[in-house]
This record gives sequence, C-alpha cells and structure tokens, in this order.
Amino acid sequence: MTAVTPAPPSTAGGAPAPADIAPPSRSGDRPRLRTAAGFAFGAALLFAVAPLTLSDFRLALLAKYLCVAMVAVGIGIAWGRGGMLTLGQGVFFGLGGYAMAMHLKLADAGPGGMPDFMQLYGQLDELPVWWRPFASPWFALPATVLLPMAVAFGLGSLVFRRRVRGAYFAILSQALAAAMVILLIGQQGTTGGTNGLTDIQGFFGYDLDDPVNQRMVYFIIAGVLLGLLALARQLIHSRYGELLVAVRDSEERVRFLGYDPASVKLVAYVVAAGMAGLAGALFVPAVGIISPALIGIVPSIEFVIGVAVGGRATLLGPVLGAVAVAWARTALSERFPGTWTYLQGLLFVVVVAFLPGGLASLWALARRRDAGPERSRRGWPVLGRRRAERAEVHQ
Amino acid sequence: MTVLFGQLFTGISIGAVLLLIALGLALTFGQMNVINMAHGEFIMAGAYTTYVLQQSITGAGLSLLVALPVAFVVAGTMGVLLEILLIRRLYARPLDTLLVTWGVSLMLQQLARDIFGSPNVQTRAPDLLTGNVAVPGGLTVANNRLFILALALAAVAALTLALRFTPLGRRIRAVVQNRDLAAVSGIPTTRVDRTTFFLGSGLAGLAGVALTLLGPIGPTMGTNLIIDAFLVVVVGGIGQLKGSVIVAFALGVLQATGEYLTTLSVAKVIVFVAIVAFLQWRPQGLFTLRTRSLA
Repeated sequence: MTAVTPAPPSTAGGAPAPADIAPPSRSGDRPRLRTAAGFAFGAALLFAVAPLTLSDFRLALLAKYLCVAMVAVGIGIAWGRGGMLTLGQGVFFGLGGYAMAMHLKLADAGPGGMPDFMQLYGQLDELPVWWRPFASPWFALPATVLLPMAVAFGLGSLVFRRRVRGAYFAILSQALAAAMVILLIGQQGTTGGTNGLTDIQGFFGYDLDDPVNQRMVYFIIAGVLLGLLALARQLIHSRYGELLVAVRDSEERVRFLGYDPASVKLVAYVVAAGMAGLAGALFVPAVGIISPALIGIVPSIEFVIGVAVGGRATLLGPVLGAVAVAWARTALSERFPGTWTYLQGLLFVVVVAFLPGGLASLWALARRRDAGPERSRRGWPVLGRRRAERAEVHQ
Repeated sequence: MTVLFGQLFTGISIGAVLLLIALGLALTFGQMNVINMAHGEFIMAGAYTTYVLQQSITGAGLSLLVALPVAFVVAGTMGVLLEILLIRRLYARPLDTLLVTWGVSLMLQQLARDIFGSPNVQTRAPDLLTGNVAVPGGLTVANNRLFILALALAAVAALTLALRFTPLGRRIRAVVQNRDLAAVSGIPTTRVDRTTFFLGSGLAGLAGVALTLLGPIGPTMGTNLIIDAFLVVVVGGIGQLKGSVIVAFALGVLQATGEYLTTLSVAKVIVFVAIVAFLQWRPQGLFTLRTRSLA
C-alpha cells in the first residue's frame, strides 16, 4: 500500500483527491510527448525498418508474433492491471480465429460451395446452420471480436458477480479452454476436428500465396497492434484504469467506496477477450490455419509467459515479452528442440518467482532505484501487497 | 435398470480416479493455497516408477504392491524438493505458484521425454486385476476399476484419520487455520508445510500407480487430468476433504451420464456449465469454513 493522504471532505465518497491518484500523464506534457515519440518510433520500426530489412519469410513470422503480442496487450490489462490471471485467452483467440477462418473457407469454396473437409469427415450434404451466417463478411468480421467478447461477458458476469476470483477464476478460465478444445475435436464433421480449418487460400479476394498480399496482411496486423496499444494506453490512464488497479489491490475498499468491482473487472476481461479475438482473426490470414492445438491449455499459458517475462503491469512489456519469447522459441526450437522446453520452463520459473515485475522492472529499477511509492502507481506488484493477497485467499 | 447401474458404476469409477488425483491437491491447494501445476507430473512420476519397478520385479502383482509405497516416496520427495527450492518463497502469491509450477511441469515433462522417450510405455497389470466381477443383476464390473475405487477410499480414510487424530494432523490444521498463531504456539510451520507437501505429492504418486492399470504411461499424461482434479477441489470447497469426495463422484457420474446421453465432447461442456452454475449457488464451494471475511 502506498501512503494515502486523507482526502479533503469535498471530494470524499467515490472521488479521491485528484492529486493523489492522478496518472503521470495528467501532471504535465512531457510523458505525453514521450508516449507520442514512442509510438512514432514503434511505427517507424514496424512499418519501415522491418519490411525493408526482413525477408518475406521472416516478415511473415513477425506478423505471427505480432498477433501473439495483441493477445498479450489484453492479458496485460486483465492480469497486470486487473489482477485476473486468465489462463483461457486461447478460447477467445480461437473464437476470433475460427470465425475468420470459417468466412475465408466459405469464400474459397465460392457461392453455394462447401469447405472441402466437410465431405471428407462429415459426409455432409449441406452446410450446417451455424456456418451459414459466416458466409457474409458483414457478419463474420464483427463476429471475430464480438463473439469472444460475448463469451467473456457471459462467463465474467457469472463469476465476478459471485466473487469467484484469484485461483478459482484462473482454474475456471483454464477449464473453459480445455472444454472448448475437446468440443472442437469432438465435432470433427463441422469443425475440422484436430486438424482445424486449414489450407486457407484467399483473403477477401486477394491470393494469400502472393508475397505482396502477405505483406499487406503484415501491415494490417502492425497497424491493428499499434491501434490496440493506443487503446490500452487510453484505458490505463483513464479514471477507469485507476479504478481497475484499485480493484486489483483492494477489492473490498473499492466496494466500500460505492463502486461495483464486478463491473470493473468485467470490462477489463471483455476488452482482453476482444483483443484476443481480433488477434486470432488476423492470425488466420497470416498463417493460413487455425486448429485446436493453437488455442488449448498449453498455448493459453504460453500467451501468459510472454506477458510475465516482459512485465505484466506495463504497457509495452507484454508486447515486447510476447514477441521476444515467440522469437526465441522459433530460433531455439529449430536448433535444439529439447533444450527450448527446459529453457521455457526455466524462464517462467525465474521470472515469476524472482522477478515478478518482469524484465520491465529491471529497467525501472536501474532508472530510479529510490522511487518508493511511485512504483506502485506505475503498476507492478509492491511488496506490501502480498500480505493482503494472502488474506484474500484464506477467505 | 442394468444400463442405469452400468452408467452409475462407470461414473463412480471415473470419480474414483478423479478423487485419487484430487486428494493430493486437496492438501496442497486446499490446505496450503499452493496451486501446484506440477502435480500432474508427480502423477507421471508415480506411473513411471511402476514401469521401472516392473523391469526388475517380474511378478506383476508384487511389483504393483511394491510400487505403491515407492511411488509415494518418489513423488513425495519431488514435492518436498519443489517446496524447498521454489514454493517456500511464494506462499504469499498463490497465483504465481501456478505459473512457477507450470514452468516446473514443462521441465519435468521434457525430463521424462529425455529419460523414457516420447512414445508411451505400458505396464502389465496383475492377472487378478484384469478380469471382471459379476455382480448380481447381470452386471459385470472391471476388477481394476474396483481396485482403484478401493485405493481411493482407503487413501481418503487414511488421510481423514491422520488429519483428525494424529499430532501431525492437528498441526497441519492449526497452520491452515491461522499460520501466525500456530507459529507463536510453537508449531514449526516450515516443517509442517514441508510434511503437508510430502503427503500431497505422495498421493499424486499413488494416483500415478493406479493410472497404469487404466492406460499407457506418457510424458503428458498428467496434464490431461490435472484441470478436472483442480475443479473438484474448487467445487468441493477449499480445505474440505469431504467436499472433494462428494464432488469427485458427482462429477464422475455427471460425466458418465452426459457421455451416455450425448457424446464425450458435449459431456465435457455439460460438466463445465454445471460447475459454473454450481458456483453461482455456492461460490466458495460445497463446504466452506465459516469465516468473518467479506466475500
């Protein structure tokens, strides 16, 4: 807990003294300028440096990593800021991915056609009813984001209202991922089973085999990632962002101040789900496949690894961590397949156990060693919080 | 009628496996708030222990009997090592124990792959456990399933008695209820933590031995079971053995019935929905300790 100065009577009851909670951005123009500069730098890196220096193959890989990074931005909000460890982001990634892939499969098949695998596995004569709406891009594209958000809203409003949290929530979200994968595999005739939806050729009339179009997909992905980052920044630095951190650190106090912590958490969870859905939708044209193996328990936890490594409570940490871990996996598992698994496990153990703020906290520690209470405001876990957490799980 | 009893028994035997796995978790997660994702790998360690023992002890029945205590000690020792090296530092951060132990479980799986190879291995079941027993009413019941049921119930009984009547059990309960007060009363909490972890992980080893009777042994065998077992503990109520017992059998029967009426994959979804619905009614699980906390 940081030292809380007593609020003046005029602002008591729901609106703490602004001076105490004002996010850094409001206190002056310098941080805002720095953010703008950071965005410009990131944009230059993504839109100019990467396409000019990387081969087509590497650029396609980067596009894939950036999709993982989008999921990470969402996890950063839900977990880093909101304290909800969601181990089922693969579900939302998958919902978005499948929605997009269903549309692209139908588009490939042409009007009245059916995806190739349906005759193969299901011996179906006509398209299943729930596939039909996805033929229209006007349904499928919004669905890639709205479907995951709706599922997150459904589950979230049930569990948060009943104050299911902490480990309970983490395990439930993980069980959701397990159930979804089993369901997808079981309904092989209509979902493609273990193989998933593969062999996607076109993307709204563009041939995905063409490197030029692959480049276009990369630019879309990079642009969307920057957009999501801007959105996340606005969210974090708004009043809502402060409230979310408050709920994470002391849910009961927020409740006594007259807010509804369940709604606060729900918004973060739903936003994170939407980001994961969008990431899944863009992953499909970038990689050409979506399958249960990409969205189950293991990939869902792997999304979390990148976030933990980069720094769960920062804005850029999750993105950089996700890209770095995904890159390291490709680089190392090609050459030493067994070693990478050990390394991945070790990375997770070391970072979470000994460096809970992620690599971002190293950077911050180096920069201002004696920051004191400032550190909690910036968002990473503070030592004093641990006792409160312990008390909470004993309930 | 026969069909009904058949389904009921299938459900109960699924429940027995769940219970055996969840029992160790009920100790480490339920009593100590440590979410040990490596629990599945301790199960795997128990299973591989059986496999290794069978290489040297040729009698399948004898090797199974020897495997039970040995697997208990092997898995228990692994648990204590994990506690000393990592979990000790994380008692205050339960969510982080989940992530850390998941990293450990990754490494243990790879270790198993390096030692025993990726393909699954198989053990021989003793002759006594391969047949079926005819139950009055024209029903047959598989012996190995009966054995697992007996093993699960025996483990529950032993654990309940130990927690209730032995000095160690009293200490464990004291530490769980109020760690600081227990420490002030002279209970060596660190040692109690370690013993609890040994017992909980050892039970995972037992579960591993039992699972060799049902199917092949592989590096990822633990991952598939662990989530269901966690759900059992969550729904049963933290720190409540009887909750785990009831819920394990209830979920087993629900799963079996759902599978009979629909398909395996739909049954899984039904179980999940049922759990979320149940938590609406009792968010803290079936049985809870009365506390004065706010939630």
